[in-house]
Amino acid sequence: MLNSIKENIHKIKKYQFLFSELVKRDFKKKYKRTILGMFWSILSPLMQLAVMAVVFTKFFGRNTEHYIIYLFSGNLVFSFFKDATNGGMHALMQNANIIKNINVPKYLFMISKEVSACINFGLTLIIYFLFVAIDGIPFSWNFLTLIYPIACLLIFNIGVGFILSAMFVVFKDVQYLYEIFTQLLMYVSAIFYTVDVYPDKIQLVFFINPVYSYIAYFRSVVLEGAIPPLWHHLLCFGYAMIMLITGMVIYKKNNYKFMYYI
Amino acid sequence: MKKIELNDISVSYITGDFSTTGLKDVIIQKLKRTYEKKEFMALNGITFSLEQGELLGIIGTNGAGKSTLCKVISGIMRPTKGTMSVKGSIASLLELGTGFDPDLTVKENTFLRGALLGYTKEFMNKTYDSIIDFAELKEFENRKFSHLSSGMKSRLAFSIACLVNPEILILDEVLSVGDGAFRKKSEAKMLEVIQGGATTILVSHSLAQIRRMATKVLWIEKGKQIDFGETEEICDKYEEFLKKK
Repeated sequence: MLNSIKENIHKIKKYQFLFSELVKRDFKKKYKRTILGMFWSILSPLMQLAVMAVVFTKFFGRNTEHYIIYLFSGNLVFSFFKDATNGGMHALMQNANIIKNINVPKYLFMISKEVSACINFGLTLIIYFLFVAIDGIPFSWNFLTLIYPIACLLIFNIGVGFILSAMFVVFKDVQYLYEIFTQLLMYVSAIFYTVDVYPDKIQLVFFINPVYSYIAYFRSVVLEGAIPPLWHHLLCFGYAMIMLITGMVIYKKNNYKFMYYI
Repeated sequence: MKKIELNDISVSYITGDFSTTGLKDVIIQKLKRTYEKKEFMALNGITFSLEQGELLGIIGTNGAGKSTLCKVISGIMRPTKGTMSVKGSIASLLELGTGFDPDLTVKENTFLRGALLGYTKEFMNKTYDSIIDFAELKEFENRKFSHLSSGMKSRLAFSIACLVNPEILILDEVLSVGDGAFRKKSEAKMLEVIQGGATTILVSHSLAQIRRMATKVLWIEKGKQIDFGETEEICDKYEEFLKKK
């Protein structure tokens, strides 16, 4: 497994130029010819946040300090997960015409989508910290540890992307099933409610959901100013690795079949 | 030296409702045990080999599997059965003009395509001007790709793919690109590559062209190999076959 990861990294280096061209293309397509351009990608999560804040503050926000940041943390991480995996899912089919006629590693299309989603997330992250500052939460060096869950989530997303892109080539209804799945996942990710109404044991059950684990890491660092315990770190890493390896195995087993369906 | 060797190569597609329905239906069908796979042999037992510098013409009626065979040899598609060895760098020109991004400019598309074909950034910076000049699209370089005519698109695709001198060249119905003047130019460029010692595979419906250029001919029909061998002999047989149809 380690060897194949190494091999893939080597291949990625070889295709660096292609990779940067693909990421560039994603960005140009997204921001070209729209007047608001880059601003759009920031505006959409902000509007979502605004609506949620208006609706939910009354219900859930009364007992929660910095409720807006609490909400924003959840939204930020969940949107990253959702955008990246959705992008990854469509990556192969969107480039079907290229894949059909040029011999090129197909997963590069998927990973380039993941990276563009990550850059997009980075832009929203800037706004997030702006909100953190406005809300009067002091910045600390602890914030630097946020790189860890972001990196884990990126790997996690790539794993999910491998699985979804492989499934989507064969089964076209996966996109609708996945939409329902993400909707349900959002409700169990404690984005707009807090979990402390539940007893401690039930609270731990939430950690079965990988996305919740990443959200919880964010909140712990930003809202409580505390770096999570070791087990939380291992959990984040474990989810990422399990998903990546599962994804790679499924993808590798099926990737030569794609041509028969595209 | 044998450059290309194919041994009993077969490709089968899975057909049926499979790809049109989806995951839900497949699960239900599996539960009801009514699930079945239908197979379609796009290629069935293709065997031939080519020496360096030979030019193989592939003939056959529409849907014979010519394009699928080109994809197998280019490494885009993996055969379901059989073994093959292809030695050397490959340039394959299949379905020219597809796979470009309509929203990007001509220049951006050129770089993207170059990257897809495995060229380096330095190489693209160096050769970009000659690509654009060869395609005669200098005045269009900052226009949206979708503004080009289909002939122009093919011209650009041809120019990008042909600038390197590959050891193996695969041409699927592409020697009729663009208008008269460009066709002449592209044929000349093609001949230059072929005469440089490249092993070439040419799919064409023009028997005259095959007779003129090919050293060997492969005739396939409905995925099956009908014949492989000397050009004149097989072309005659094929002509007979077409007349009887």
